[in-house]
Amino acid sequence: MTDTTTPQAQVGAPRLRKEDARLITGQTRWTDNLQLPGLLSVAILRSPVAHARLTRVDVSAAREQPGVVAAFSGADLREEWAMGLPCAWQVTPDLVTPDHWPVAVDTVRYVGDAVAVVVAEDRYRAADALDHIDVDYEPLPAVVDLEEAARDETLVHPDKGTNIAFDFHETHGDPEAAFADADVVVRRRYVQQRLIPNAMEPRSVVVEPVAATGSYTMHSSTQVPHFVRIFMSLITGIPEKDLRVIAPDVGGGFGSKLQIYAEEAICLALARRLGRPVKWTETRSENFQATHHGRGMTQDVAIAATRDGRVLGLDVDLLCDMGAYLFLLTPATPLLGRYMYPAIYRFQAHDFRCRGVFTTKTPTDAYRGAGRPEATFAIERIMDDLAAELGVDPLELRRRNWITEFPYTTVVGLEYDSGDYEAATARATELFGYDALRAEQAERRARGDRVQLGIGISTYTEMCGLAPSRWLGEKGYAAGGWEAATVRVLPTGKVEVLSGTSPHGQGHATTFSQIVADALGVDYDDVEVIHGDTATVPWGLDTYGSRSLAVGGMAVLRAAERVIAKAKRVAAHLLEAAEDDIEFDHGTFRVKGSPEAAKTIQELAFAAFAAHDLPPDLEPNLSAEAVFDPEVFSYPHGTHLCAVEVDTETGHVRIRDYVAVDDVGKVINPLVVDGQVHGGVAQGIAQALYEEAVYDAEGNLTSGTLVDYYVPAAPDLPEIRTDRTETPATTNPLGVKGVGEAGTIASTPAVVNAVVDALRHLGVTDVPMPCSPERVWRAIQQAASERGGTPPSGAAATPEGGQQ
Amino acid sequence: MPRITMTVDGRAHSDDVEARLLLVHYLRERLGKTGTPIGCDTSSCGSCTILLDGAPVKSCTLLAVQADGATITTIEGLADGDGRGRHPLQEAFHAEHGLQCGFCTPGMIMAAAGLLAENPDPSDSEIREGLEGNLCRCTGYQNIVRAVRRAAGALATTQGVQS
Repeated sequence: MTDTTTPQAQVGAPRLRKEDARLITGQTRWTDNLQLPGLLSVAILRSPVAHARLTRVDVSAAREQPGVVAAFSGADLREEWAMGLPCAWQVTPDLVTPDHWPVAVDTVRYVGDAVAVVVAEDRYRAADALDHIDVDYEPLPAVVDLEEAARDETLVHPDKGTNIAFDFHETHGDPEAAFADADVVVRRRYVQQRLIPNAMEPRSVVVEPVAATGSYTMHSSTQVPHFVRIFMSLITGIPEKDLRVIAPDVGGGFGSKLQIYAEEAICLALARRLGRPVKWTETRSENFQATHHGRGMTQDVAIAATRDGRVLGLDVDLLCDMGAYLFLLTPATPLLGRYMYPAIYRFQAHDFRCRGVFTTKTPTDAYRGAGRPEATFAIERIMDDLAAELGVDPLELRRRNWITEFPYTTVVGLEYDSGDYEAATARATELFGYDALRAEQAERRARGDRVQLGIGISTYTEMCGLAPSRWLGEKGYAAGGWEAATVRVLPTGKVEVLSGTSPHGQGHATTFSQIVADALGVDYDDVEVIHGDTATVPWGLDTYGSRSLAVGGMAVLRAAERVIAKAKRVAAHLLEAAEDDIEFDHGTFRVKGSPEAAKTIQELAFAAFAAHDLPPDLEPNLSAEAVFDPEVFSYPHGTHLCAVEVDTETGHVRIRDYVAVDDVGKVINPLVVDGQVHGGVAQGIAQALYEEAVYDAEGNLTSGTLVDYYVPAAPDLPEIRTDRTETPATTNPLGVKGVGEAGTIASTPAVVNAVVDALRHLGVTDVPMPCSPERVWRAIQQAASERGGTPPSGAAATPEGGQQ
Repeated sequence: MPRITMTVDGRAHSDDVEARLLLVHYLRERLGKTGTPIGCDTSSCGSCTILLDGAPVKSCTLLAVQADGATITTIEGLADGDGRGRHPLQEAFHAEHGLQCGFCTPGMIMAAAGLLAENPDPSDSEIREGLEGNLCRCTGYQNIVRAVRRAAGALATTQGVQS
């Protein structure tokens, strides 16, 4: 045997990322980097109007432009599609699903809807030729406002007869009685503004055909290469076996690349027609129009409670902006959030209604958190408002109502397996200096300080690790929620891990290597993680919903365990011992009681490969596949506290401190977890303070570029102080939960609660998001005029500058 | 077509280009310098930042012809050598987990190189202000600030040894 020293445990260690070496040196494989012989460039003409009939789309002049190879209208390409772009989640039996062609055929329904395509020798000539496409738009009325859309006066899809895509209603317990019995009822309307995800890498698609065999390789900047392969096959009729999809380096997604996009279908169809490789890469401004948006929801929420602060019932009525079509998960996104409205509280009754409405805007879909940030915002905001109504500290109100015993079945029927809200809150308040800040706040209020201090609380939980396949089936989703992995020990003892879930920044190569290194007892550096190519990793359900570790990581672990089981049989055979007498520890198999009789896993891998002397029915390799289908979700939770200083004269908000204590179960890599929390919190703060997709009444996206839509830069964001409590999940062998979305889910209400808390003594009960200086200032003015008093000294002056 | 000459990452290039060709497209598509990515079309995101005669510039804001005669350094040439070496900023971004998806990283590192050339010992707020023209969607900037601080320290030590 080889003498080995016991390696350090990798799980839990802050290993620096394997991914970084290429990314920090520019040796990357973004889709747009790809160059192929004869590669053509695709440009797309997009509708400049929100709603119009296309009475003429003439591409003939474009075809004559220098360097142009082809140009097509939507009608020209119609025969390419066996079906339109899919919606995979039938949220109600009568869900209205309009046809959604990759290129509009007779009507455009949002600014950015594709009208025609040009293929040229390079991107400059393709863009030039767009100017030579002649289109007659016969204007139709835009419908932008959600309530107006719900009245069905202007229809986005007249053939459907309604703008209501679905009307979902569910009741748990007896909400009517709960509200009738309540001492206190608080009603609020909150607005979740539309957001534009803005992954830093614009989307890009490259399709390379082999004309002789009718086969195609697609590179796409996608979170879901396996989904793309299946749906592209269905849309174009190209047999799945002839289509290989590769997601190479992908520069961020946040849900915006969890989609089956028109441009993927367009490029595939063009490669088929022309028999030549094509590339399309979106500009950022194109991304603003043609990549799906997030959020976009009006929330009417009511909470019923006793005078001593015990919550009884929760009533939620949502009006959700679908945009012009249903994309892959458009209607499901708000409904995924529905389980999270009761959050961590012991509600007995809950009424939930959610309507999705079509508007003449870019379709919405999953954006980091997908329904759960919206739900968490509503419940955490109204808990603060209820606390104010009852005159109790908002933290104390939460403490009186949160769940303390696990497992606990919530009013909507989810079983929370684990959690410790008290511990996370205790740690957060200690780090934050909660009592001292409350004292300072009281002092500033008493003094009438121009700059007021606000403290915001968010004691969130979320459901992640999408998802049990059986549950998905019951809810009307077309696919399952399992994940697949293969682990193979190569003849030389190095290890390859094939993962069906592929990263776009999350660090799978690092964390999966840590899991496998510990499981097999091999060096961390000896593990290579392979992903994102349907030819090398044929099985997978891809990356979204904080599932990669909680579902994909479990598949990896299970495959590693199968490798060990197989190696144990080889060891028993070679060491001439019974399998039950073989012990495995840190990469070495030993015979119980005879520690000198041992084989390392590397030795066994070579022995299996050589196959000179194996048990009769054992295949000659140490390789195993596994699929993990979770039985339940995982439930990370935590307490986020935010302190803001609000200038009551200018409305300017400054985040003074932000503390995030998260419980994500067992931590594989604390560096990666902290990074996910930082970035998640940043995106939540961005919704609270900075970002909004603005449409005018005609349906023009007026926040149409990065100049007009404020993605926060380094000076706009605070230092985030993180810590953790660790309550292992009881529902998976590693005890992990999920962390990718937690920060975003938690932070938005923490920030807005802080802003409102700073101003509550002035009569302010809400500030619409984003809480720009202007909106904060207006909220102060409005509260003052409603009270018949005067705003704080100097605050009546007109603020300078715009929103940012 | 105008003929331009420039030195990119230590190699001299001379090419005929369309007058309207953006520098970043010249770098990426003519020279194969795909380490420098393009993140927007309004010079807002900074992903395409390179050093032009030592100063950080967004290479999407410049025509290739405007860089005629210039010496350009991209992320691929920041460290000496053949793609194996690492500049202290590259080391620091790795050591501090200053990147996730990595798309903004080349621009962020090049902007930071420009910042440190001007201010070798910046405070955290000076780092944040100095990188204002570079957007990151993954990290919340926190570990980027730490990385730049760490690199400043490493560079100061190196220069201290040299002088």
